[in-house]
Amino acid sequence: MTMPIEAIIFYFFAAILVGAALAVISVRNSVYAALFLVLAFFTSAGIWMLLEAEFLAITLVLVYVGAVMVLFLFVVMMLDIKVEPLKAGFARYLPVGAIVALVMAAEMFLVLGAKHFGMERFPVPQPNPLGYSNTEELGRVLYTEYYYPFEIAAVILLVAIVAAIALTLRKRPETKFQDPALQIQVRKEDRLRIVKMDAEKRADQ
Amino acid sequence: MIITLSHFLILGAILFCIALAGIFLNRKNVIILLMAIELMLLAVNMNFVAFSRYLGNTDGQVFVFFILTVAAAEAAIGLAILVTVFRNRRTIDVEELDALKG
Repeated sequence: MTMPIEAIIFYFFAAILVGAALAVISVRNSVYAALFLVLAFFTSAGIWMLLEAEFLAITLVLVYVGAVMVLFLFVVMMLDIKVEPLKAGFARYLPVGAIVALVMAAEMFLVLGAKHFGMERFPVPQPNPLGYSNTEELGRVLYTEYYYPFEIAAVILLVAIVAAIALTLRKRPETKFQDPALQIQVRKEDRLRIVKMDAEKRADQ
Repeated sequence: MIITLSHFLILGAILFCIALAGIFLNRKNVIILLMAIELMLLAVNMNFVAFSRYLGNTDGQVFVFFILTVAAAEAAIGLAILVTVFRNRRTIDVEELDALKG
């Protein structure tokens, strides 16, 4: 039986993705978990390429691998966490976690199987024509139909910046810093003292 | 052997269930919990992109774009809260963060 190249790519990437996701939730060290999550995002970008969502695939790599996961790694390495006690409850919660996940997976398989979403209901679409630009199409929709949500997304990012800085900023009393408000309020009298005194006589006279 | 919409949806479902199991298992480490939430969002995005392709409509991809934005904001604020909690309590164990008696 020969498999088309799409099927080979799909199963290859899907296997790596599921393996990486399993590793994220089960490895002992948080740094390894973050790195496996990077692998998961990278593999998903490959699958999105297969779905002809090129812009989002690149965005996933740039935004998630480039920014969010670096932030995760930064925090993991900054916090001084002991690895051993963190995994103590793993065996205790394993049965209930596995049961809930398996039941949910079984339910979703029943709904999402080939009967409802298979070939007959959703035939495989034609590939996009040569010269079609996914980025151009997304940009056209984003700046016309979805302009208002786009602006709201920008405001959400601004709020996130302000909130993250406000939460983590702390004043240390021992650090020395300048206060610009006090600096510009200073007057001549605060810094300069004029001393009145008689002129001295020269020594050789 | 043709890859149908069902394949992508089931892949998304498997990812979501793995992330759900991760939330159950990692009761000691808030960072892994945040990573599991990121995995869940990835599974949802996978469904959106697959539907967008098979229905021939770019609206699904625009929605993924907004989800990515909100997820980035959520990760930034979540990690900021995490850093603040660790600074004050010296732990990120979920079971020790019970000051509210929840």
